[in-house]
Amino acid sequence: MTEVLVRVEGLSKFFPLTRGLFRESREFIHAVEDVSFAIAPGESLGLVGESGSGKTTTGKLLVRLLDPTAGHIYLRSNGSEVDIATLRGKDLKAFRRRVQMIFQDPYESLNPRLTIFDTIAEPLMVQGIGNVLEREEMVAEMLVLVGLTPPSSFMFRFPHELSGGQRQRVAIARALVVGPTFVVADEPTSMLDVSIRTGIMYLMQDLAQRLGVTYLYITHDLAVARYMCQRIAVMYLGKIVEQAETEELLQHPQHPYTRALISAVPIPDPRIKRQAIEIKGSIPTPINPPPRCRFYDRCPIADAFCEQNDHPPLRDVGGGHYVACYKA
Amino acid sequence: MTEPILYVDDLTMHYTTRAGDVSAVDNVSFTLTKGESLGLVGESGCGKTSVAICLLKLLPDNARIKGGHIYLDGVDLVPLSEEQVRRYRWRRISMIFQAAMNSLNPVYKVGDQIVEAMETHLENFSYPAAREKVAELFRLVGLDPALMEQYPHEYSGGMRQRAVIAMALACDPDIIIADEPTTALDVIVQDRILKELRAIQQKLNMGMIYISHDIAVIAEVSDCVGVMYAGRLVEKACTEEIFHHPIHPYTAGLMSAFPSIVGPKRELTMLPGEPPDLLNPPPGCRFHPRCPYATEICREQVPEFKDYGGDHFAACWHPLEG
Repeated sequence: MTEVLVRVEGLSKFFPLTRGLFRESREFIHAVEDVSFAIAPGESLGLVGESGSGKTTTGKLLVRLLDPTAGHIYLRSNGSEVDIATLRGKDLKAFRRRVQMIFQDPYESLNPRLTIFDTIAEPLMVQGIGNVLEREEMVAEMLVLVGLTPPSSFMFRFPHELSGGQRQRVAIARALVVGPTFVVADEPTSMLDVSIRTGIMYLMQDLAQRLGVTYLYITHDLAVARYMCQRIAVMYLGKIVEQAETEELLQHPQHPYTRALISAVPIPDPRIKRQAIEIKGSIPTPINPPPRCRFYDRCPIADAFCEQNDHPPLRDVGGGHYVACYKA
Repeated sequence: MTEPILYVDDLTMHYTTRAGDVSAVDNVSFTLTKGESLGLVGESGCGKTSVAICLLKLLPDNARIKGGHIYLDGVDLVPLSEEQVRRYRWRRISMIFQAAMNSLNPVYKVGDQIVEAMETHLENFSYPAAREKVAELFRLVGLDPALMEQYPHEYSGGMRQRAVIAMALACDPDIIIADEPTTALDVIVQDRILKELRAIQQKLNMGMIYISHDIAVIAEVSDCVGVMYAGRLVEKACTEEIFHHPIHPYTAGLMSAFPSIVGPKRELTMLPGEPPDLLNPPPGCRFHPRCPYATEICREQVPEFKDYGGDHFAACWHPLEG
């Protein structure tokens, strides 16, 4: 990768388990641990994993809705790299113009008491962009871009008057109105029905091209990731276990977890019978995990070496395909 | 063909709301034979779950069956009183609900809850026999019988769903209705539950109605598929036919809008518009405002749900070549 927009290095987030008001925590939930990746401008990187794998925490760290425990997040801005992880005050506010987030549930992410105009204009007001008339024009333009036309018929309605698909379009408009270069999209289509979902997927791709937006696309659905992302990173218990170009990852998964995950995805064609790869048990707790490979307890190919050594680092197996496994 | 155990004939159900009547189920007809798995697929609000609650007659206060019949082994369930309905509910037809978390009482041990369900529904109930039966069911759904003594919060999501399946099987029903039982689960757990449910259904030779919005899941668990749109059944055929020779444009649209991780990466097509408001459904074919083939007749007359041969039914004025 020659050009990089976002570069994450050794990013970790631990949540302390409280033991009482004045007692220090000894146990931590290792939600994200030592995660590194890079995203090129205009690219869309998929972050895929099961619930509790740390995908959403990673997304929230990248937009600084959470402060990292350790690590760096570099964002390229006007030719130089800025470490987001340590931004404060005015710099942090300016950063919010460049990085935005789209949330999963359009029924929860919109304030029911704000009109669509107020919802989309709010980030502009916070950032002090334009006067009332200019903002109205910008909001109208944004509504057209997300396919809510004519804008005048949507501007002064409330979220409860819109369908799920329309609400998600409003949420997208709100995220993009300040002109961000990087957007974290957290399962933006998982609450929507199939016939509505495709429209939102195409809209997001179209806007990425038109406005030059780069996505971190968080999803649990590999089939959606296949259509939305050029590359996919698979997370398991706070770690990235595999990362590759989308088709490469789906056709030639190397990590035993990725293989099991792919083999469990149902196929919308009764003629195709899947090769089942069974793994034991379920995702263990991320509270103070032992230093060995996170997948050790469930891995079908783990041996004594995996038990005695630390979690394996991501290593390059060629062609930009990275795997964190000693045995793969 | 074997005699159907369930025959739903022209079922129509409305919800009364302050804004007017919502026509949630409109003239739905289908049959189910012993050992057959029928997938009922459609988007939210298309009436899938409403059909299920009609079959069990678990109707909320504002819901009314306006017409039609539900024949279970030849007996029409629609006119039966609540007292009479109790004799077949759970014993003949049982249901796995969508939210496993909410279908278990958090303050009772899981084993006791299933025993209680048996006590309510079975005539010759004996406590030791029921305990023995629950232990057997736990083994069947892949749970350790020792877990009977635990509370729902001690279970993981997948375990809870298994317990709910065990509860649905408690009275040896002939028909089991599964309403999105895996929607809230992760894909690896979902895969296991689907396989187990399908194996149990085949082993016990039960009829199953599997409700889902996910056509990939439907493809895996069903012998036959019924596609619902805006309260109507628009197409029904064996799974292979539905997926490879759809007749109704909505079915075809649903298939081509659905992404898959195998096979060539084909273009996903987009259905324009959104499902209609059932307070005021469009006249004629309810799909016509979104249908690329719609003509005058579609806007005026309701298409008949007709047989295209080989048990392939569809309701469309402009059927696709299949």
